[in-house]
Amino acid sequence: MVSFKINSQEVSFEGDPGTPLLWVIRDHLKLQGTKFGCGIGQCGACTVHVDGVAQRSCVMPVATIDGRSIKTIEGLAPEDGGLHPVQQAWLEHDVPQCGYCQAGQIMAAVDFLERFPDPSDADIDNNITNICRCGTYVRIRKAIHRAAELSRGEQS
Amino acid sequence: MSALLERHRVTRRQVLIAGAGAAGGLVIGLPALAYEEEGERMLGFFIQIDPDGSVVIGCKDPEIGQGLRTTVPMMVAEELDVEWDKVRIEQMPLGIVKTADGFQWKYGGGQGVGGSTGLTNNWELMRQVGADARRQLIRAAADRLGVDASQCDTRPGRVVCASKNAEIPYRELVVAAAALPAPEDPAPLKDRDNYRIIGTRRQTVDARDIVTGKASYGIDTVQPDMRYAVIARAPVLNARVRTFDDTRARKIDGVLDVFEIEGPALGEPYIILASGVAVVATSTWAAMQGRAALDIEWERSPNADDSSERFWQENEEMLKGDGQVVLDEGDFDTAMAAATKTIKRQYRVPFVSHAPLEPQNCYAHVKPDECHIIAPTQMPSGASRAANAVTGIPRENIHVEMTRVGGGFGRRLTNDYVAEAAMISKKTGWPIKLQWSREDDLKNDFFRPGGLHEMHAGVDTDGRVTAWAQRLASGSKYYRRPDMPDENLYQAELYLDDFPRRIVDNMRMEYFHNAIGLPRGSWRAPAHTANAFVIQSFIDEIAYETGQDPLQLRLDLLGESREIEYSGHGGPTFNPGRLARLLRFVAERIGYGKRLPKGRGIGLAAHFTFGGYAAHAMEVTVADGRLTIERIVAAIDCGFAVHPNGVEAQLQGGTIDGLSTALGLEITVKDGRVEQSNFDDYPLANIAMVPSLFETHILNYDDVPTGVGEIGIPPAAPALTNAIFAASGQRIRNLPVLDQLSAGEHMDMTSAASEKI
Repeated sequence: MVSFKINSQEVSFEGDPGTPLLWVIRDHLKLQGTKFGCGIGQCGACTVHVDGVAQRSCVMPVATIDGRSIKTIEGLAPEDGGLHPVQQAWLEHDVPQCGYCQAGQIMAAVDFLERFPDPSDADIDNNITNICRCGTYVRIRKAIHRAAELSRGEQS
Repeated sequence: MSALLERHRVTRRQVLIAGAGAAGGLVIGLPALAYEEEGERMLGFFIQIDPDGSVVIGCKDPEIGQGLRTTVPMMVAEELDVEWDKVRIEQMPLGIVKTADGFQWKYGGGQGVGGSTGLTNNWELMRQVGADARRQLIRAAADRLGVDASQCDTRPGRVVCASKNAEIPYRELVVAAAALPAPEDPAPLKDRDNYRIIGTRRQTVDARDIVTGKASYGIDTVQPDMRYAVIARAPVLNARVRTFDDTRARKIDGVLDVFEIEGPALGEPYIILASGVAVVATSTWAAMQGRAALDIEWERSPNADDSSERFWQENEEMLKGDGQVVLDEGDFDTAMAAATKTIKRQYRVPFVSHAPLEPQNCYAHVKPDECHIIAPTQMPSGASRAANAVTGIPRENIHVEMTRVGGGFGRRLTNDYVAEAAMISKKTGWPIKLQWSREDDLKNDFFRPGGLHEMHAGVDTDGRVTAWAQRLASGSKYYRRPDMPDENLYQAELYLDDFPRRIVDNMRMEYFHNAIGLPRGSWRAPAHTANAFVIQSFIDEIAYETGQDPLQLRLDLLGESREIEYSGHGGPTFNPGRLARLLRFVAERIGYGKRLPKGRGIGLAAHFTFGGYAAHAMEVTVADGRLTIERIVAAIDCGFAVHPNGVEAQLQGGTIDGLSTALGLEITVKDGRVEQSNFDDYPLANIAMVPSLFETHILNYDDVPTGVGEIGIPPAAPALTNAIFAASGQRIRNLPVLDQLSAGEHMDMTSAASEKI
């Protein structure tokens, strides 16, 4: 049995410990904001935080997260009904088109901004590798910069 | 299930009523159907006004990322006259009604998205829906106040009557309005000058659900007792299962059943699967593990020798002979003989995959006499036909619901995955969700056809193009159309009325069909992506060969604003002057003609696609074989932008799709197998490709909007390759660009072409 925390809730999984975390999250825990895109860790639609670090859950056997803490897109916003600054910035720039990759994009951006609180375009180019098939990259870039501002408390 | 959705489930009574209404001249959007119950709060099929004043607007067409769920309800809300922030959007299911001679649309308009028609199909209809409902509310208010309706007007969400100094909210009027008979004549529509919602920037409907992970796609469908299914597919196209051993698969924890399924015979519905082995399990992963544990022996396929190498060789050979002349206007041969200079070039456009990010999936529950389908699809009626074909259940008993779709791009015009899901559910009797993997998706697609284009031009002493020919050898996507004669196969690949038709006097077009086995279909802007690349590259080459400026040559050819005949999709006319306007605009914005450092260049392209106009200017650097896109200026003229924010998004996304595809994507076949399998060998561009200097501009033209889902993509690739030429002297005639930019082999062009303006 594998036990871990997801969005601050204690959960356990008794099936095949080789099951990718993605499918445990989607099929067993029914948290479906995390998406399946490629299954080989290339596209990032399945990005979640494991102990605060963005990881591609489609290639992480659930056994490897025993005792660890997972955050998914459903657990990102504060409980007061507001939004995380990255989500807020995504709305301000109206990023989504089909929207399928965006939960993964946001989880990747949150982790990225922890490491690069005032990122340059080159920082974004070198670190954000999630795929958006609709091509929302122009707005993703703007939204990441905006989220950095919001996180620093600049409202403009 | 929402109240509105529940309402649209086809009951026998509704079928009868709606059927009678349709036959007897249904007033748009306000059929008698709505008034069958006491306390009705719906005005027609599309509008519901709740006691708290909030307004539910139904969207009948699928949302695939093109923004229809935002744009179309904006039309209704505008004419209905309500506050946009009081509006909630709900997806409506497929509505078809059986009649004596087939089926009719239930909601007064078709359902489905493709060819950038979602907006134009809804523009008249849905504004009328809003206007008719508003008139009913005004009449209900007039009745209550005892005045003539002409003394009433509306303000957002309420009817006002100046003579009575009265104001009544819609929420208090809707029940009375719903009970009023619907008049036959359509209510008048607003003038554009009075728009408050149409033409303004609004946030995408569902954006908040998307960024919080609540938006639901096909893959997120969960129904009671649902099982999960996958299919083991042949690695070689059209190979059939000879035998299989499922001993190991059945030992996987969670695997419930394993069996062979047979694809239907060629025709309607068209599916790729000849035969395969289905695995049904208690979870997606268990089904995938079960599939991995199968031992399958496949029969030899008739396509076992298919290869890209052979396809391209055959195309080259074909072009040496005579093909089907599909256009012969003026006197091409004489004009070529009389030309001062003749130019001939070949361009290669590869097969590519749609690769929507949400892999194909479908929920199906087939019962003895009815069937429930929930699918991410662009064509819900096709889903209904597919389920009918493989189950035999009458279409009126097949209920199709549409989810939000994780990308369309034309892939989900074909409902092959719906047919598969229905087959599996029929065989087991269980409600199942079929899930494709990324590998399933990339290897089993209806690919954009590849083709080899040969271009000829004759130019006179003044530099005028007097003769033009396009000769194309390709695999037509029309090969699978029922009743399609061979002589019409070209129609999907050569659009005869495209530029420079009726501009260059002597024109010839010739087609050679290569019947490769690889499935082909409609890929965003279909043949426009190939033809815009070829034509806009060739114009550049003509300019260079004849010492003309590429912008000026284009402007000379396009000429002044005028309507010329265009019989293809997007017609009936094409105005070359609108393309010229966009070209001038993007050229000026990017500083075309400015002095540029060595290794840097600007490229231009423009194209008319399905009624809309787009142009790109791109500035790139090529240094040591490395390409950097420095800046992009894109402009679109879609007549009138109903939702400018969405138009801009489609222009950005289309441009990036065009660049991503041109730079790195190709599907190849060897020994009957698609060689690519996932995003590691089919590398969609990521954010690093896209420059931060990326401008989009909307240039409205008149009051007539066109759809924009495909308009932005065709000029992107040729603008890029023209810029590469201007920067490096290296002409890309072979897509994708990949690693063709070899260091140190460039002619020294130093942006000569772009300095001459």
